[in-house]
Amino acid sequence: MIGLLGKKTGMTRIFDENGNIIPVSIIEAGPCPVTQIKSKEKDGYDAIQVGFDERRLKSTNKPLRGHLDKSKISPTRILAEFRNFDKKDLSPGSTLKVDLFGEGDTINVQGISKGKGFQGVVKRHGFGGGSVTHGQSDRLRAPGSIGASSYPSRVFKGQKMAGRMGGAIVTVRNLKVIKVEKETNLIYVKGAIPGHINGYVKLIKK
Amino acid sequence: MSKLQRAAAQQLRNDLLKFKSGDRINVHFKVIEGDKERIQQFEGDVISIRGTGINKTFTVRKISDGVGVERIFPMHSPKIAKIELIREGRVRRAKLYYLRNLSGKAARIKSKTN
Repeated sequence: MIGLLGKKTGMTRIFDENGNIIPVSIIEAGPCPVTQIKSKEKDGYDAIQVGFDERRLKSTNKPLRGHLDKSKISPTRILAEFRNFDKKDLSPGSTLKVDLFGEGDTINVQGISKGKGFQGVVKRHGFGGGSVTHGQSDRLRAPGSIGASSYPSRVFKGQKMAGRMGGAIVTVRNLKVIKVEKETNLIYVKGAIPGHINGYVKLIKK
Repeated sequence: MSKLQRAAAQQLRNDLLKFKSGDRINVHFKVIEGDKERIQQFEGDVISIRGTGINKTFTVRKISDGVGVERIFPMHSPKIAKIELIREGRVRRAKLYYLRNLSGKAARIKSKTN
């Protein structure tokens, strides 16, 4: 479950060799320096920590600078961990690049979805809403009943209601890698990925 | 957006004939049937060109056996073998959707006279 960190560049479409249109998301992935190798003995679990995207030294706080100085890595904007990796040829300071992935691989992409604000149940949970006709008023997008009356005299926990939507960690699984451009560190995957343009995403190799 | 445009730029086609809304064109489109490939022709009037870059498409309308048929082609599709210009039309708008409500003689497009 090794992977890379990347930045969403956006979506476009490309033609495959048969001339069919494929919708693709383009991600600028890596290069990701390995910043730390965590071990079961020392940290309680095995993982590698990688960084991505340059950060100005001036805007890097001292704890982070100290952490990265250990492996002599210039400051990065984000850090993330991957577990269950092949430990052998990795050490702090080595770099993971987009050639980790090949054409035809399926990967998972994890990111923070676009914030939708406070949304009603129709958008947030896919409720059907009320009837448009039959003498209804003010019930078009209402949630309906949220429970019985005197028993239980309360609303059950987990009842789907309106609230904040989006801005959550979302994983899209089994996206096919269409193309990998090593010179420009771009990777093309089929379909949509979470988040806004320039948002950070985690590409997880399966 | 420049990175996106650059990514798509390799697939843009500049070899095809340029045409405008109102022109009558013949599109030679490659069709794959099983493992055989053949060319299908579609001749009609261009009633719309929309989109930019790799997303650009055009709509061709023809009357086939008295029934209006429209087909949308991606402008940069590698499946387009050739585009022939049959005649240039003189029209005053970019989208000729009004042709859908007309039939017979009224649905003709004036030819451009130089």
